[in-house]
Amino acid sequence: MAAKSSLTNMVAVLGLTCLVCSALLGGAYALTKEPIQAAAAQKTNNAIAQVLPHFTETEYNEQEQYYIAKDGDNLVGYAIISSVMGFGGELKLLVGITTDGVVYNTAVLSHSETPGLGAKCTTDAKFMDQWRGFDPSIKELAVRKDGGDVDAITASTITSRAYTQAVANALAMFALLNEMEAPDAVSGASVIKNEEGGQDNE
Amino acid sequence: MSKIKLVSDGLVKNNPTFVLLLGMCPTLATTTSAINGMSMGLATLFVLVLSNMAISAIAPVVPDKVHIPVYIVVIATFVTLLQFLMQAYTPEMYETLGLFIPLIVVNCIVLGRAEAFANKHGVVDSALDGIGVGLGFTCSLTVLGLVREILGSGSAFGYNFIGGADGMLAFVMAPGAFLCLGYLMVLFNKYLKKN
Repeated sequence: MAAKSSLTNMVAVLGLTCLVCSALLGGAYALTKEPIQAAAAQKTNNAIAQVLPHFTETEYNEQEQYYIAKDGDNLVGYAIISSVMGFGGELKLLVGITTDGVVYNTAVLSHSETPGLGAKCTTDAKFMDQWRGFDPSIKELAVRKDGGDVDAITASTITSRAYTQAVANALAMFALLNEMEAPDAVSGASVIKNEEGGQDNE
Repeated sequence: MSKIKLVSDGLVKNNPTFVLLLGMCPTLATTTSAINGMSMGLATLFVLVLSNMAISAIAPVVPDKVHIPVYIVVIATFVTLLQFLMQAYTPEMYETLGLFIPLIVVNCIVLGRAEAFANKHGVVDSALDGIGVGLGFTCSLTVLGLVREILGSGSAFGYNFIGGADGMLAFVMAPGAFLCLGYLMVLFNKYLKKN
């Protein structure tokens, strides 16, 4: 059974235990560091591959949280991380937008919606498929209840609205990015730029 | 005590979930499906066996007054090790169980077995006790997860058998967890434990 406690043996045993344990963990960290990074990179790549057509390399903009996907030298599109408040908490999407301003596809990165209701935004085929090739210049980006063209998930209007809002935010971001790259590419977008520029100066 | 009895005790007589009622937090939170419950059980089993062995080995030289901090450091080391391994090789499972992996450190089952068994017994016996209790926990969580998955999502181990229809959603959420656990506990104590 346990040894009698004295200051020296308490300090010695605790110190030694901590030393051995931290050495062990340090070693394990060094060994698993690479596989962990590889797994994380694989995960992002899979998510981008899901929302954009074929690409060969990606570039990440940490500040604005989007990926630029390129096929050789050609710009394929942007995969924009867009997070909004859903019904149960943060709803984080990855929205793939090709250079023509059309949503290629969307994917949910993380959510805390109600299982069986809002959480269907990751399984409901009808809801998910409508984002494939969603062209905001033809369709109205709002759920049907609000007069738009987005079919909401049954009994989960709040989640559907949040999802729609996230896509809208991503599209707004795309418009900004697009004019930074090529100011004349999108007519009308320059108006937004002027307004925004004005606000920044004030 | 025979070696087999050490293992079977953990499964039935000292079943951590249905008899000792230890580790209720991960039990209720991670059993939304059979697979999730089983993974949580196996993760705990891994930590339990290793920590039981390590603690039984060092127990004779650990001074009484600092034994809890020493045990916690040992347990936390194994949990962090498990966390690294899961992140590296089963990232999806790690994401599903999320917060509950680091929380194994404070799971009463692990410290409970260290205090009640490992520090009084040899390394081999402690390992067997860890396997028994760990398997008991794994089986209970798998059964609880399976029942909740069947009732709540109409599937078993991810295989859906009711087509596109919805299950009884309450069972996937917290109230269903309490209900299922309560009824399973009654059944377990009425039929299994008597023998």
